Amino acid sequence: MSVVALERVTKKFDQTTALQDIDLSIEEREFVSLIGPSGCGKSTLLRIVGDLITPTDGTVVVNGKTAKQARIDRDYGIVFQDAVLYDWRTVAKNVALPLEIAGWPRQKRAERVRAMLELVELTGFGEHRPWQLSGGMQQRVSIARALSFDPALLLMDEPFGALDEMTRERMNMELLRIWEASGSTIVFVTHSIAEAVFVSSRVIVMSPRPGRISDEIVIDLPQPRTAATREDPRFFELVTRVREALHLGHEVDRAAATEATPA
Amino acid sequence: MSGAVGRRLRDWIPAALVLVAGIALWQGLIAAFHVQQFLLPRPSSIATAFWDDRSELWHAGWYTFQEALGGFVLGSSLAIIVALVLARWRPLGRALMPYAIAANAIPIIAFAPITNQWFAGGLTKSSKIVIAAVLCFFPVLVNTLRGLTSVRPQDLELMQSYAAGEIEIFRRVRIPTSLPFMFSGLKVATVLAMIGAVVGEYFGGALNAIGVLILARARVFQFEEAWAGIMLVCLFGIALYVGVSLLERVALRWAPSTSE
Repeated sequence: MSVVALERVTKKFDQTTALQDIDLSIEEREFVSLIGPSGCGKSTLLRIVGDLITPTDGTVVVNGKTAKQARIDRDYGIVFQDAVLYDWRTVAKNVALPLEIAGWPRQKRAERVRAMLELVELTGFGEHRPWQLSGGMQQRVSIARALSFDPALLLMDEPFGALDEMTRERMNMELLRIWEASGSTIVFVTHSIAEAVFVSSRVIVMSPRPGRISDEIVIDLPQPRTAATREDPRFFELVTRVREALHLGHEVDRAAATEATPA
Repeated sequence: MSGAVGRRLRDWIPAALVLVAGIALWQGLIAAFHVQQFLLPRPSSIATAFWDDRSELWHAGWYTFQEALGGFVLGSSLAIIVALVLARWRPLGRALMPYAIAANAIPIIAFAPITNQWFAGGLTKSSKIVIAAVLCFFPVLVNTLRGLTSVRPQDLELMQSYAAGEIEIFRRVRIPTSLPFMFSGLKVATVLAMIGAVVGEYFGGALNAIGVLILARARVFQFEEAWAGIMLVCLFGIALYVGVSLLERVALRWAPSTSE
């Protein structure tokens, strides 16, 4: 059974078509990246899977149910570009937020929070305030929170987009380790080609106006990925392959624009 | 710890010096230009009057402070409840807010002679409590509602992803977000509550109320005593403001910076 199954999903905002006829199926344990230029609707697509945006047309099935039911059943955790931590809560309390809403008993909550902070290597930071942490640490808290209730699916919307290159590369490694340890399926939105190739098992290339899937590239780099992976010739081949797919998508877009413009 | 306290005290030195210099200047200028007592008494005469009348002043001030505090608590609590209701049912809020903002601009104190007549001709505390409460109501309402509705979209999106209900969202996001806004409204309200109680008393009130006392002293040209009463009102007003500020410190101790 697919964890995510999208069929002919279309989203229109007033007159603009943000997404057009998206078909996409994501299997259990996959790490799928959505990559594309701004305006290609990749974040919108992620929010449709999470039932934070309702599609204009098409069907969305998550974990074998409607997207809405999956959201109500808390089948997914989400990580945004901004860590979205509440300043009025300590780090531990931020991680515990979804557990509180789900009505977990206090003792079980505390145990789970401790385990999650250990998973993201923030043991000892539980009583800190979010603003006392660096950007990378904040994002790790946000990942711990998203995984705290052990969802089948993890949705990530450019989670490392605001971090510097060094931190981002370290976070990529961290995320792969967490993916390995948690056994969840990940849908990951990014606009960094190297990041998409490094972390994914499959890259979905999207192009804008209207947002659509223009290509799909299976990343056959061996697991587990390490710092050496970034120097693998196959890594460079795949980076080039994704880059070309992005440019091609862009050219199709430009050609369409030229056609549409009256001479 | 003592180092931090020391620095706190040192931060206050410039302000304290300005106070001392201001009072000295006031005293000096009155002596130098032979200003009449009814225009502006010397600080030293006000201080003497204050000391001589301290018992009577204190009782009158306390009486009026109770009215102001009562009005503050009543008006502010009502405002917070109404803000919660208007934030929960937004169409209602949109329909009523223009009037609340307009009412905020009305000089409500002008109604004091009328509210005095509503309650035993103004001889009880009730009429002053009501005028103070009405004065406090609008700034607290407007600020709290703004706080409740200025939640970051991503904060709400996160709660939606957990399928959190409205009550959960209010408890865990909207109310904490609104607190800094609410407190700025409450601090404005402390000042208004004192104004409401004292000015309300100018239009008639119990004989042992500070507003009545100030008015009576000014009528018989005991200006030092009138000024001493005004000083006491200032002290009570400042105490109320400081009290709310301390409450704010405690409630917002999580914030990156509540000072400055």
